[in-house]
Amino acid sequence: MSVRVQTAAFDPGAETNEFLATNAGAGAAVTFTGLVRSQPGDPITTLTLECYPELAINQIRTVTAQAISRFGLIKAAVIHRYGTLRPGDPIVQVMTLAPHRGAAFAGAEFLMDYLKTDAPFWKKEATPEGARWVEAKAEDDAAKARWE
Amino acid sequence: MKVLYFAWLRERLNKGEETVSPPAEVKTVGDLIAWLAANDEAAELAFSNRKLIKAAVNARIVNHDAPVAANDTVALFPPMTGG
Repeated sequence: MSVRVQTAAFDPGAETNEFLATNAGAGAAVTFTGLVRSQPGDPITTLTLECYPELAINQIRTVTAQAISRFGLIKAAVIHRYGTLRPGDPIVQVMTLAPHRGAAFAGAEFLMDYLKTDAPFWKKEATPEGARWVEAKAEDDAAKARWE
Repeated sequence: MKVLYFAWLRERLNKGEETVSPPAEVKTVGDLIAWLAANDEAAELAFSNRKLIKAAVNARIVNHDAPVAANDTVALFPPMTGG
Protein backbone atom coordinates (compact mmCIF):
# COMPACT_ATOMS: atom_id res chain seq x y z
CA MET A 1 0.00 0.00 0.00
CA SER A 2 1.25 3.46 -0.84
CA VAL A 3 -0.48 6.59 0.52
CA ARG A 4 0.83 10.10 -0.09
CA VAL A 5 -0.58 13.49 0.87
CA GLN A 6 1.44 16.33 -0.59
CA THR A 7 1.47 19.92 -1.82
CA ALA A 8 3.80 19.10 -4.73
CA ALA A 9 2.37 18.40 -8.17
CA PHE A 10 2.50 14.82 -9.45
CA ASP A 11 2.72 13.37 -12.96
CA PRO A 12 -0.29 11.05 -13.43
CA GLY A 13 1.34 9.03 -16.22
CA ALA A 14 4.64 8.59 -14.42
CA GLU A 15 2.81 7.50 -11.27
CA THR A 16 0.80 4.96 -13.25
CA ASN A 17 3.91 3.57 -14.94
CA GLU A 18 5.69 3.23 -11.63
CA PHE A 19 2.64 1.51 -10.14
CA LEU A 20 2.54 -0.93 -13.07
CA ALA A 21 6.28 -1.65 -13.00
CA THR A 22 5.76 -4.30 -10.32
CA ASN A 23 2.52 -6.00 -11.33
CA ALA A 24 2.98 -9.51 -9.92
CA GLY A 25 1.31 -11.01 -12.99
CA ALA A 26 -1.98 -9.27 -12.22
CA GLY A 27 -4.59 -9.14 -14.97
CA ALA A 28 -6.07 -5.73 -14.26
CA ALA A 29 -5.03 -2.25 -13.18
CA VAL A 30 -7.26 0.82 -12.82
CA THR A 31 -6.05 4.40 -12.48
CA PHE A 32 -8.49 7.17 -11.60
CA THR A 33 -7.28 10.78 -11.70
CA GLY A 34 -9.40 13.58 -10.28
CA LEU A 35 -8.82 17.01 -11.84
CA VAL A 36 -9.70 20.56 -10.85
CA ARG A 37 -12.97 21.30 -12.66
CA SER A 38 -13.82 24.64 -14.24
CA GLN A 39 -16.76 24.78 -16.62
CA PRO A 40 -17.80 27.68 -18.87
CA GLY A 41 -21.03 28.29 -16.93
CA ASP A 42 -19.30 28.08 -13.55
CA PRO A 43 -15.65 29.07 -13.97
CA ILE A 44 -13.14 29.02 -11.16
CA THR A 45 -9.70 30.62 -11.10
CA THR A 46 -8.13 28.45 -8.41
CA LEU A 47 -9.07 25.65 -6.05
CA THR A 48 -7.40 25.66 -2.63
CA LEU A 49 -7.49 22.48 -0.59
CA GLU A 50 -6.93 22.72 3.12
CA CYS A 51 -5.72 19.52 4.78
CA TYR A 52 -5.04 17.93 8.15
CA PRO A 53 -2.17 15.73 6.92
CA GLU A 54 -1.74 13.50 9.99
CA LEU A 55 -5.44 12.60 10.02
CA ALA A 56 -5.52 12.29 6.22
CA ILE A 57 -2.77 9.67 6.28
CA ASN A 58 -4.55 7.72 9.05
CA GLN A 59 -7.91 7.85 7.27
CA ILE A 60 -6.60 6.99 3.80
CA ARG A 61 -4.41 4.14 5.06
CA THR A 62 -7.39 2.65 6.89
CA VAL A 63 -9.72 2.80 3.90
CA THR A 64 -7.01 1.54 1.52
CA ALA A 65 -6.43 -1.48 3.76
CA GLN A 66 -10.21 -2.07 3.71
CA ALA A 67 -10.27 -1.86 -0.09
CA ILE A 68 -7.39 -4.34 -0.46
CA SER A 69 -9.06 -6.83 1.84
CA ARG A 70 -12.64 -6.38 0.60
CA PHE A 71 -11.90 -6.62 -3.13
CA GLY A 72 -8.88 -8.91 -3.01
CA LEU A 73 -6.60 -6.28 -4.50
CA ILE A 74 -2.95 -7.14 -5.03
CA LYS A 75 -2.05 -3.57 -4.15
CA ALA A 76 -3.47 -0.06 -4.10
CA ALA A 77 -2.04 3.45 -4.03
CA VAL A 78 -3.49 6.90 -3.31
CA ILE A 79 -1.92 10.30 -3.97
CA HIS A 80 -3.83 13.39 -2.79
CA ARG A 81 -2.66 16.98 -3.20
CA TYR A 82 -3.47 20.01 -1.13
CA GLY A 83 -2.63 23.70 -1.43
CA THR A 84 -3.65 25.98 -4.31
CA LEU A 85 -4.35 24.32 -7.67
CA ARG A 86 -5.51 25.54 -11.07
CA PRO A 87 -8.18 24.21 -13.45
CA GLY A 88 -7.01 20.98 -15.05
CA ASP A 89 -4.46 20.20 -12.34
CA PRO A 90 -4.58 16.65 -10.98
CA ILE A 91 -5.87 16.64 -7.38
CA VAL A 92 -6.06 12.98 -6.58
CA GLN A 93 -5.01 9.67 -8.09
CA VAL A 94 -6.19 6.23 -7.03
CA MET A 95 -4.58 3.10 -8.48
CA THR A 96 -5.60 -0.51 -7.96
CA LEU A 97 -4.12 -3.80 -9.10
CA ALA A 98 -6.14 -7.01 -9.08
CA PRO A 99 -6.34 -10.41 -10.77
CA HIS A 100 -9.47 -9.33 -12.72
CA ARG A 101 -10.99 -6.03 -13.86
CA GLY A 102 -14.12 -6.17 -11.68
CA ALA A 103 -12.13 -5.96 -8.47
CA ALA A 104 -9.79 -3.28 -9.85
CA PHE A 105 -12.72 -1.04 -10.91
CA ALA A 106 -14.71 -1.63 -7.73
CA GLY A 107 -11.69 -1.02 -5.49
CA ALA A 108 -10.91 2.28 -7.19
CA GLU A 109 -14.53 3.44 -6.99
CA PHE A 110 -14.80 2.42 -3.32
CA LEU A 111 -11.63 4.37 -2.52
CA MET A 112 -12.84 7.50 -4.32
CA ASP A 113 -16.26 7.37 -2.65
CA TYR A 114 -14.59 7.24 0.77
CA LEU A 115 -12.07 9.98 -0.03
CA LYS A 116 -14.93 12.36 -0.90
CA THR A 117 -16.52 12.12 2.55
CA ASP A 118 -13.93 10.71 4.95
CA ALA A 119 -10.59 12.27 4.02
CA PRO A 120 -9.88 15.54 5.87
CA PHE A 121 -9.60 17.95 2.95
CA TRP A 122 -11.70 21.08 2.53
CA LYS A 123 -12.03 22.75 -0.88
CA LYS A 124 -12.34 26.48 -1.41
CA GLU A 125 -13.01 27.82 -4.89
CA ALA A 126 -11.85 31.23 -6.05
CA THR A 127 -14.23 32.50 -8.72
CA PRO A 128 -14.71 35.80 -10.59
CA GLU A 129 -17.49 36.54 -8.04
CA GLY A 130 -15.36 35.78 -4.99
CA ALA A 131 -14.27 32.80 -2.90
CA ARG A 132 -16.56 30.09 -1.55
CA TRP A 133 -16.15 26.87 0.42
CA VAL A 134 -17.37 23.78 -1.42
CA GLU A 135 -20.22 22.25 0.56
CA ALA A 136 -20.38 18.55 1.32
CA LYS A 137 -22.83 16.93 -1.10
CA ALA A 138 -25.64 14.52 -0.16
CA GLU A 139 -24.86 12.57 -3.34
CA ASP A 140 -21.33 11.92 -2.05
CA ASP A 141 -22.76 10.56 1.21
CA ALA A 142 -25.13 8.38 -0.83
CA ALA A 143 -22.26 7.13 -3.00
CA LYS A 144 -20.36 6.06 0.11
CA ALA A 145 -23.44 4.47 1.67
CA ARG A 146 -23.71 2.06 -1.26
CA TRP A 147 -20.70 0.19 0.13
CA GLU A 148 -22.08 -0.21 3.66
CA MET B 1 -5.30 20.59 25.57
CA LYS B 2 -4.55 21.62 22.00
CA VAL B 3 -7.49 22.42 19.72
CA LEU B 4 -7.14 22.64 15.91
CA TYR B 5 -9.66 24.31 13.60
CA PHE B 6 -10.02 23.85 9.85
CA ALA B 7 -11.75 25.43 6.84
CA TRP B 8 -14.64 27.85 7.56
CA LEU B 9 -14.44 27.04 11.25
CA ARG B 10 -10.84 28.31 11.28
CA GLU B 11 -11.89 31.42 9.36
CA ARG B 12 -14.86 32.23 11.61
CA LEU B 13 -12.79 31.78 14.76
CA ASN B 14 -9.86 33.62 13.17
CA LYS B 15 -7.37 31.03 14.44
CA GLY B 16 -6.05 27.66 13.31
CA GLU B 17 -5.19 26.37 16.76
CA GLU B 18 -5.15 27.26 20.41
CA THR B 19 -4.21 25.73 23.73
CA VAL B 20 -7.04 25.60 26.25
CA SER B 21 -7.47 24.44 29.85
CA PRO B 22 -11.11 23.45 30.20
CA PRO B 23 -12.53 22.66 33.66
CA ALA B 24 -12.83 19.06 34.90
CA GLU B 25 -16.52 18.92 33.89
CA VAL B 26 -15.44 18.92 30.23
CA LYS B 27 -15.19 15.18 29.65
CA THR B 28 -16.20 14.72 26.00
CA VAL B 29 -15.81 16.40 22.61
CA GLY B 30 -19.39 17.64 22.95
CA ASP B 31 -18.62 19.12 26.36
CA LEU B 32 -15.57 20.87 24.90
CA ILE B 33 -17.58 22.40 22.04
CA ALA B 34 -20.22 23.62 24.50
CA TRP B 35 -17.54 25.09 26.76
CA LEU B 36 -15.77 26.83 23.85
CA ALA B 37 -19.11 28.23 22.61
CA ALA B 38 -20.04 29.51 26.07
CA ASN B 39 -16.79 31.42 26.44
CA ASP B 40 -16.55 33.22 23.13
CA GLU B 41 -19.08 35.03 20.95
CA ALA B 42 -17.45 34.02 17.64
CA ALA B 43 -17.32 30.39 18.81
CA GLU B 44 -20.98 30.46 19.87
CA LEU B 45 -21.92 31.49 16.33
CA ALA B 46 -19.45 29.15 14.59
CA PHE B 47 -20.60 26.12 16.60
CA SER B 48 -24.33 26.98 16.45
CA ASN B 49 -25.16 24.03 14.16
CA ARG B 50 -23.53 21.13 16.01
CA LYS B 51 -24.38 18.68 13.20
CA LEU B 52 -21.87 20.47 10.97
CA ILE B 53 -19.02 20.05 13.45
CA LYS B 54 -16.89 16.94 12.97
CA ALA B 55 -14.09 15.97 15.34
CA ALA B 56 -10.87 14.02 15.70
CA VAL B 57 -8.92 13.26 18.88
CA ASN B 58 -5.21 12.63 18.39
CA ALA B 59 -5.72 12.31 14.61
CA ARG B 60 -8.51 9.71 14.85
CA ILE B 61 -12.09 10.58 13.83
CA VAL B 62 -14.50 10.40 16.78
CA ASN B 63 -18.11 11.21 17.68
CA HIS B 64 -19.09 14.04 20.00
CA ASP B 65 -19.46 11.60 22.91
CA ALA B 66 -15.78 10.58 22.74
CA PRO B 67 -13.69 11.42 25.83
CA VAL B 68 -11.09 14.19 25.84
CA ALA B 69 -8.16 14.60 28.24
CA ALA B 70 -5.67 17.34 29.07
CA ASN B 71 -2.87 16.04 26.83
CA ASP B 72 -5.06 15.41 23.79
CA THR B 73 -5.02 17.22 20.47
CA VAL B 74 -8.63 17.78 19.46
CA ALA B 75 -9.46 18.84 15.90
CA LEU B 76 -12.81 20.43 15.01
CA PHE B 77 -13.86 20.88 11.40
CA PRO B 78 -16.79 21.02 8.94
CA PRO B 79 -17.83 18.03 6.80
CA MET B 80 -14.91 16.93 4.62
CA THR B 81 -14.82 17.60 0.88
CA GLY B 82 -11.88 15.52 -0.39
CA GLY B 83 -11.33 13.56 -3.56
